[in-house]
Amino acid sequence: MGRYVARRLLQMIPVFIGSTLLIFLMMYALPGDPVRALMGEQAFDPSVVENIRRDLGLDLPIWQQYANYLGGLVQGDFGTEIASQRPIADIIAEAFPVTIRLTLFAFTFTVLVGIGLGVIAGLRPDSVRDRGLLTLTLVLISMPSFVLGYLMQYFFAFQLQLTTPTVQDSESIGDLFLPAIVLGSLSLAYVARLTRTSMAENLRADYMRTAVAKGLPRGRIVGVHLMRNSLIPVVTFLGTDIGNLMTGAIVTESIFNVQGVGDAIFEALTRREGATVVGIASLIVIVYLLTSLLVDLLYAVLDPRIRYA
Amino acid sequence: MPEKTADKVETTVATDPAPGAAATEAAPASAKARSLWSDAWNDLRRNPLFLVSAVLILLLLVLAAAPGLFTSASPRDADLAKHFLQPPNWGNFFAADWLGYDGQGRSIYARVVYGARASIMVGIGVTLLVAVLGTAVGMIAGYFGGWLDSVLSRVTDVFMGIPYLLGALVVLTTFEERSVWVVMLAMAFLGWTQIARVARGSVITIKQADYVVAAKALGASTTRILMKHILPNALAPIIVVSTIALGGYIAAEATLSFLGVGLAEPTVSWGVDVSTGRQQLRNAPYVLIIPSVMVSVTVLSFLMFGDAVRNALDPKLR
Repeated sequence: MGRYVARRLLQMIPVFIGSTLLIFLMMYALPGDPVRALMGEQAFDPSVVENIRRDLGLDLPIWQQYANYLGGLVQGDFGTEIASQRPIADIIAEAFPVTIRLTLFAFTFTVLVGIGLGVIAGLRPDSVRDRGLLTLTLVLISMPSFVLGYLMQYFFAFQLQLTTPTVQDSESIGDLFLPAIVLGSLSLAYVARLTRTSMAENLRADYMRTAVAKGLPRGRIVGVHLMRNSLIPVVTFLGTDIGNLMTGAIVTESIFNVQGVGDAIFEALTRREGATVVGIASLIVIVYLLTSLLVDLLYAVLDPRIRYA
Repeated sequence: MPEKTADKVETTVATDPAPGAAATEAAPASAKARSLWSDAWNDLRRNPLFLVSAVLILLLLVLAAAPGLFTSASPRDADLAKHFLQPPNWGNFFAADWLGYDGQGRSIYARVVYGARASIMVGIGVTLLVAVLGTAVGMIAGYFGGWLDSVLSRVTDVFMGIPYLLGALVVLTTFEERSVWVVMLAMAFLGWTQIARVARGSVITIKQADYVVAAKALGASTTRILMKHILPNALAPIIVVSTIALGGYIAAEATLSFLGVGLAEPTVSWGVDVSTGRQQLRNAPYVLIIPSVMVSVTVLSFLMFGDAVRNALDPKLR
């Protein structure tokens, strides 16, 4: 197990480099030039631009720029924004906690409500409650989060006037309640459906018949035999979903005006601040990689047939 | 032991033993072998969910192919003087002012009709590209294992490590002109990983199954094993993921257009309209809600369709 974890951690390095390189290259391909943008509309001396480019290392070949960037990143240096001269670490330190809170909020909501609903429906396939849940989740999945977000905003803020249309204080848990529900609703629907399908399928498995025939108590059959086998696909989904939730937050944040990662990425993209985008993306990639390792370790706990060599 | 294995292969291949047994008991006359597909079709024809969604999808396809059949108004005609934010005139079916006018005085009904094409094209195109690419990668990685699996899995990991929306945001900002094709390719470029993983996972389980071992022992070629034994058995989860994803891609296209990095004016698209409608949410919610409803109904019809097909195709669920 320890060796497996060590190997996986080592394997993460090329994946991390690959993902960040891909994003780095895409940012490099972006039209527009941050140094030119710095000059604004006024006339400028081309040699000034050249000097700034040289100071920033933007005249180097792309691979060297990437190596420099990665070298800095390993030492915890995210670089500095070109226009504002702000350290990118500051921007990240400001934006990330907000989004992480929003994501965790949404994730908890997804896990509790999603698996709960899935189990309720999956235990009785084709019953009224099963069909009801399938319909409800279908409706949720078919509403893109911006639709749900604006509907909720219109309904709760403009019609009922229960909350303000946008989040006033991105630090407050109460203010993040509505955005978190909007953010988590899509994953919730997927989790509920996945749990339900997986359980309905496993209900017919041979080991279930055996367990029932052995006269095991119902709680044990459902809790140990059925759940353990049914949750494997759900756990995979949840693991890969954290990264999606963190980026799904881009949409939710833009609807409710939360000052999180989405806000920061948008600003950086419009101002062509490549380093900021790559920095934020790198962190999200790390979060994703660690959660997927966790998922793979959970596999072995859930399904002993899977062994790690 | 070998005989027992062979026996098991028979029953597994010949669909679920229980319905088969019931059929022979009840009506031996109609016992002629029905294929999985005709069986599924029999099932689907009686499923109201399937019929409703199929009709809706057919309507949407017609809408996408020939929007001119439904309205004579142009989605780009803007008359600020007369039609600025005119609310819907619900009684006036299928007329230009049926669903009101948006902030630029354009007929919302015409825009909604003409917006179908972009969404449908992106949804179907991305799903097909992703399914083919993902299944191919996943099957090769899962079946052959070894270094090939390591390489392909790492490539999958690299792409999967980039969250979809973030990746799409960055990829699409690199294009100045974003046509339907650009959006489609960008979405497929980032989206194939999930299917690849699902396919790889089920192939790994299936390749250890007795019928695959038996087929190998009988000397079947690798292609035959992959196409005849593994693919059909691995297909169910791939279809499930693909069909659910189809609706998701339509939603994603709308989301990207809404964020301003997907389709853009002058392309008529629901996502673009939702994005313009949000400025007037308080005064004229219908400008945002009507295209939103269209997106949701479209996604919903494809989801219901996928669900029905899944239930019909997967004998395990019966």
